[in-house]
Amino acid sequence: MTTESAPRITTDATPPVPGPVRERRPASTTITRRAGYAPSPRQRAKSVLKHAVLIAAAIIMIYPLLWMIASSFRPSADVFRAPGLWLTEVHTENYATGWNALTSPFGTYLLNSALVVLGAVIGNLVSCSLAAYAFARLDFRGKKWMFGAMLVTIMLPIHVVIVPQYILFSQIGWVNTFAPLIVPKFLATDAFFIFLMVQFIRGIPRELDEAARIDGAGHPRIFLQVILPLMTPALATTTIFTFIWTWSDFFGQLIYLTSPDVFTVPVALRSFVDAQSSTDWGAMFAMSVVSLLPVFIAFLVGQKFLVKGIATTGIK
Amino acid sequence: MSALAELGSLGKKSRGGRPNVKRTYKDNRAAMVFLAPWIVGLVAITVGPMLISLYLSFTDYNLIQDPNWIGTDNFTRMMQDDRFWNSLRVTLTYVIVGVPLQLGLALAVAMALDKGLKGLPFYRSVFYLPSLLGSSVAVAILWKQMFGTSGLVNQLLAMVGITGPGWISDPSTALGSIILLHVWTFGSPMIIFLAGLRQIPGMYYEAAAVDGAGRATRFLKITLPLLSPIIFFNLVLQIIGAFQSFTQAFIVSGGTGGPSDSTMFFTLYLYQRGFGQFDMGYASAMAWVLLVIVGVFTAINFYASKFWVFYDD
Repeated sequence: MTTESAPRITTDATPPVPGPVRERRPASTTITRRAGYAPSPRQRAKSVLKHAVLIAAAIIMIYPLLWMIASSFRPSADVFRAPGLWLTEVHTENYATGWNALTSPFGTYLLNSALVVLGAVIGNLVSCSLAAYAFARLDFRGKKWMFGAMLVTIMLPIHVVIVPQYILFSQIGWVNTFAPLIVPKFLATDAFFIFLMVQFIRGIPRELDEAARIDGAGHPRIFLQVILPLMTPALATTTIFTFIWTWSDFFGQLIYLTSPDVFTVPVALRSFVDAQSSTDWGAMFAMSVVSLLPVFIAFLVGQKFLVKGIATTGIK
Repeated sequence: MSALAELGSLGKKSRGGRPNVKRTYKDNRAAMVFLAPWIVGLVAITVGPMLISLYLSFTDYNLIQDPNWIGTDNFTRMMQDDRFWNSLRVTLTYVIVGVPLQLGLALAVAMALDKGLKGLPFYRSVFYLPSLLGSSVAVAILWKQMFGTSGLVNQLLAMVGITGPGWISDPSTALGSIILLHVWTFGSPMIIFLAGLRQIPGMYYEAAAVDGAGRATRFLKITLPLLSPIIFFNLVLQIIGAFQSFTQAFIVSGGTGGPSDSTMFFTLYLYQRGFGQFDMGYASAMAWVLLVIVGVFTAINFYASKFWVFYDD
């Protein structure tokens, strides 16, 4: 039942996100299972064994997360006594305790994180799509080295720029605001998404541009009315990745947000660990589960885009 | 085409260019409009700060007084700083052990999942999920509990009669616990491998099977060579990423890099010097050392790729 289209890595003409094209069946199926032949008992035994191993591996992988969820519904002391997943009774008091354990209710931090994420998503969508259109469709001087520079910045460690950036932002009074986390996104500093969108736009037939041009459209109109509507899958991938990465980003938020009223979720969780070193693990787990919930929902909703996005561009 | 392949092909094209043909660029103006945000960002957020941090690395700067030129003092101090060398050793261990383990597991699981398997979407989701959550503070908190003296791991071990050590409080196992967290996030390279395996034409395997090639031969002579560009791509990106790991060590050790500096990652030490002690000159110098190390690793990777990466075009 693997009907999803296989993402391509080596061709640059294919949009990185789901399209109408159905790909061929996974290549190696032809050896183990030929159409029209029923599997022999030996093959069936092998297949059962394989599923057993894979299911065991899947359980090991996912067990810590399930256990954290289970533990968040237990009295705090049980965190160190109950390695199983069964709940004899459901305790929700960890959620109440955790919600109010810090200077502000946890809702404040969720809201702060949501604001940062919203700003980052809009910034990336606007700035990266503009730049991607230029790289994919326009003919201009210095294109080659600019494109190269863009690719190199994808791989640049953030630490080489963080110190002067911090100095810059602290001098203009942006420390303890969300601006240092949002404004750079409006300047297309997440070059990775430019690359993703360039790849996608290259897969859109140029004839569509030409037709619009004959009708008298300039580049702004071609971008807004032809390209942008066609690249919604790439925009969706960008939205979901920006959402998940910004929601989980710790380093930047740790550096720029030091006052509790502007804490985002990761920084708040961290202060939770520090404040409670003796420790209410149940409450901490409860808030950890709350903090992972949006990422998990984004994963469920956008799985298709995440998988295509990674497969075509190879991000973490 | 991947970002790496594009970068490579840019270099190739420039060698075969046509220097005598005068090009006209018809979209110069429009391009400047579309690229304006990116150009401002490149100058003000990336290149400018890089150059400033290069300058700061030759100064003594604490954010309050003006930077004071001290020549190469930061670098000579670094050479004599045991904690610097230790942080480099910790990070290198993490990269050299963690990345191959993670990629090896990713490839193994991808191959197990590739054969038109029933329930593939389910397995793929379960294996992929940890790599989405793995960089979060919440999972680092979970890890801190799991590998604590009476944490989940030791509770499970106790059920089979083993008394485990305090994984994260023992300097000899603390780094290992964090490496394990890295290996746990093998899902995203796995997805890239899955996509790569789909690109290998089935007829290669059929032909090899007809010629009597066994599993191992098919893997070594078909899968590995045809997958090598993707292995290379994963390797380069994962190494660059692993050098920058920060969150897990920070949370698990409570920001200290302990016990006994055994989880003092390079980036964690850089953070402590820069944003703990506000020794911005030293932190900048460390950042540039990191950039050079990552650059050297990447260059070695590219050079070595000539001998093992196979391009089928």
